[in-house]
Amino acid sequence: MANYTLHINNQQHQVDVAPGTSLLWVLREHLGLTGAKYGCGIGQCGTCTIHVDHSPVKACLLPVEGVDSGQKILTIEGLSENGEHPVQKAWVEAQAPQCGYCHTGQIMQAVALLETNPNPTPEEIRSYMNGVLCRCGTYLRIQKAIEIAAKNKTTVEP
Amino acid sequence: MKPTLSRRAFLKTSGEVALFIGVSGLLPQMISCRDTERMQEQFEKHSLTAWVKISEDGTVTICNPAAEMGQGSMTSLPVVFAEEMDADWSRVAVEFSPQEAEVYGSPGWTPGSKLMMTVGSRTTNSYWLVMRNAGAQARYVLKYSAARHWEVPVGEVSTSVGSVIHQQSGREMTYGALVPHLQMPDVLPEFSEEELKKPEEFRLIGTVLPRTEIPAKVTGAAQFAMDIRLPDMVYGVLERGNLHGSRPTLTNGSAVLEMAGVHQIVQLDYAIGIIAKTLEQALAAKKQLEIEWGPSDAIGHHSQEVYSDYEKMAAASEKGKVIREIGDMQKARKAAARRYTADFRNDYVYHAQMEPLNAIVQVAADGQSAEVWVGSQQGSDTKLGVPGILGIPPEKVKVHLQYLGGGFGRRSMDDFVEECAILAREVAPRPLKLIWTREDDVTYGAFRPLSLQRLEACTDSKGSLTGLSHCVVGDGGNLVASGTANDHYAIPNQFVEWREASNGIRLKHWRSVGHGPNKFAIECMLDEVARDQGMDPVAFRRKLMRESPRALATLEKAAEMSDWNGPRREGRAKGIAFVDHGSLGTGVCEISVNRQTGQIKVHRFWIALDAGIPVQPDNIRAQMEGGIIMGMSSVLKEQITIADGRVEQSNFQNYQLLRMQDAPESIETEILPSDHWPEGVGETATPMVACAIANAFMELTGKRLRHLPFTPERVLQALNA
Repeated sequence: MANYTLHINNQQHQVDVAPGTSLLWVLREHLGLTGAKYGCGIGQCGTCTIHVDHSPVKACLLPVEGVDSGQKILTIEGLSENGEHPVQKAWVEAQAPQCGYCHTGQIMQAVALLETNPNPTPEEIRSYMNGVLCRCGTYLRIQKAIEIAAKNKTTVEP
Repeated sequence: MKPTLSRRAFLKTSGEVALFIGVSGLLPQMISCRDTERMQEQFEKHSLTAWVKISEDGTVTICNPAAEMGQGSMTSLPVVFAEEMDADWSRVAVEFSPQEAEVYGSPGWTPGSKLMMTVGSRTTNSYWLVMRNAGAQARYVLKYSAARHWEVPVGEVSTSVGSVIHQQSGREMTYGALVPHLQMPDVLPEFSEEELKKPEEFRLIGTVLPRTEIPAKVTGAAQFAMDIRLPDMVYGVLERGNLHGSRPTLTNGSAVLEMAGVHQIVQLDYAIGIIAKTLEQALAAKKQLEIEWGPSDAIGHHSQEVYSDYEKMAAASEKGKVIREIGDMQKARKAAARRYTADFRNDYVYHAQMEPLNAIVQVAADGQSAEVWVGSQQGSDTKLGVPGILGIPPEKVKVHLQYLGGGFGRRSMDDFVEECAILAREVAPRPLKLIWTREDDVTYGAFRPLSLQRLEACTDSKGSLTGLSHCVVGDGGNLVASGTANDHYAIPNQFVEWREASNGIRLKHWRSVGHGPNKFAIECMLDEVARDQGMDPVAFRRKLMRESPRALATLEKAAEMSDWNGPRREGRAKGIAFVDHGSLGTGVCEISVNRQTGQIKVHRFWIALDAGIPVQPDNIRAQMEGGIIMGMSSVLKEQITIADGRVEQSNFQNYQLLRMQDAPESIETEILPSDHWPEGVGETATPMVACAIANAFMELTGKRLRHLPFTPERVLQALNA
């Protein structure tokens, strides 16, 4: 076991876990930040997508020692206070989720897209979002939600 | 109205009040709704029903008795209830009902039985009258209370959007304001359908309302069982191997027990369980297990070679179990001007719900009661097999239903809940969270069975379809044989039989069940006959649907939406398929094919649907979209293969799902207006996909695709045939 300091959603957290433990298990099972979901554990499904220093990262692939205490981790819990982030609002407007399990990952990926490309083309949306699986088949509404968010000039200050 | 129930009991407190509208009994005392323990106690003693709570601030909390796995039950059932209650929808909150089928069930498979099970697209259909009656009863209690308060006859009290009204005296009160004056009538009437609102009076049903649970699903606040952490909780994982039914022998148990955090090793018939302090410790220990696997019925089964056996079975003279017989197929065969035969095949597919299976069980220290937190499609046993495992009465098991991260049939099986109870019993009273890894979920899956369909069609000299024979060969009974009926085609002679194979592979209902493979075979066969007869596939079906106007209307609408007779775009073609699964629907797709790579691209999909009264139209559209995309995923990509009994896939790197770039440009749905009883919509779209694509492929290339999935290799093979 070892002690790690993590900077998550503007708060410092200390965890005592074995080296090699994935950031996903640390977030979910040790810190109770369960917005990032476990779907595959091998970086194939993207349901665990979070941001590290504003870049989308699959938390299941990242061992806890792979993040240093200076790096800023953002999870869906830190995205907004009450779901008022423009991407979240667009998601509700488009009625995008079905079961919803993958959608926190979808939203984190979409936020990263719009931060780097505020007006993506449909092809750019599909390409950027391709790594996050949705079994319920909500892809067309995810696309619509991102288009709504882009139209509402929803870029977020980094 | 007929008085069927004796005096109701109901509760009144200064804050929240519960209206108990139920089957029998009196509440002996007043209990605060906030005292959930006490309420539960009373509930168990008196089998009372609590469908709705109302508080003085006007909030109306309605119970949803169905699982919410993305199909929208958390909205559609409360909407039906609120419609009859005349509730103000903006003040409605929704929560899951307790898991007690006697109280919250809808009519089950056998007459008089009650069932709480979210399967077979039965939720809206089976709860339609249950929710309307319960909503009307709630409204009656409100009217009765107002009448007593105002000292007027109850017949003079009416309601309007969350208020009771006495027209004659001009008095009006909101439901919330009425709370301190609530009184229970001596008898609570049962309402017949005639006494309920007429469709033209609906103001919620049929309108587009945002789904109630979506806000929580965009913030991460929506709780899945996977997200639950309880004080003092330990973790459980199982190694089940990839050979179904094989018994494991652990050879390094003592070494594993010495690993950090490992509490215990538990032997199951088909698995080795590990209980550990943390999840990562449990997973680390699982990796170190050295296991010798015993024999299994699946040994010797090779999924890609078994078709030759199935062909022989289909050719054998002895008939299988007759599923359906109309007219005389033998006669039709003899009298036929033309006969057509074709075989269709489908490989195993896996559910791949995004939330791997998991559950939390806490057994009391004395072993005499338990609590379960789980995302389940519920079951014929609402306590999900836990009482049997623990040897305690069902009423001693409390199930806390959570949101499901996808179901698709997989979560209607209790295996994962029972496993969790087996492990949790060992650590009682500590709660135990059992997690299946994705690898566990794939390799120890319960698949849609592999099958072969041999179809034979007969036509007369005018080219009319006079007979259709359908022989299904495969494992799993109804899992392979359902969806073979043709209730909306006027085919005078029909014969359906199932020939049983057994391969020792775990099988389960997979969205649309037998409809997927069987509609694929039937609808492709129709196109093959139509083309051979020089008839347009729509015109051919139009003739067959002559006695089924509702089905025909979906065909005509889909043809219109897709501009079926319009000019064909270069390199593209359209294909059509009709599916009856609860709702009636016709789907049309437009595809192109990359002849170098064998990739099929689906550009657009159009669906015309008759769902009966469309309770939640936007949700119906969402189900069509999702059903098509899941269908495309299974038809173009998904394949579980078995080698000598062993499942060869393990995770999403070798069991690939459709990704966003492969989604069609659009999926358009037209919902036909209807006053008929609402039908399920969750499984109507998925079976359209295989046949619509194969029929478009035949239109485009003249070649046939008869084996699911249509992998690039199979497409190239078909093109070169």
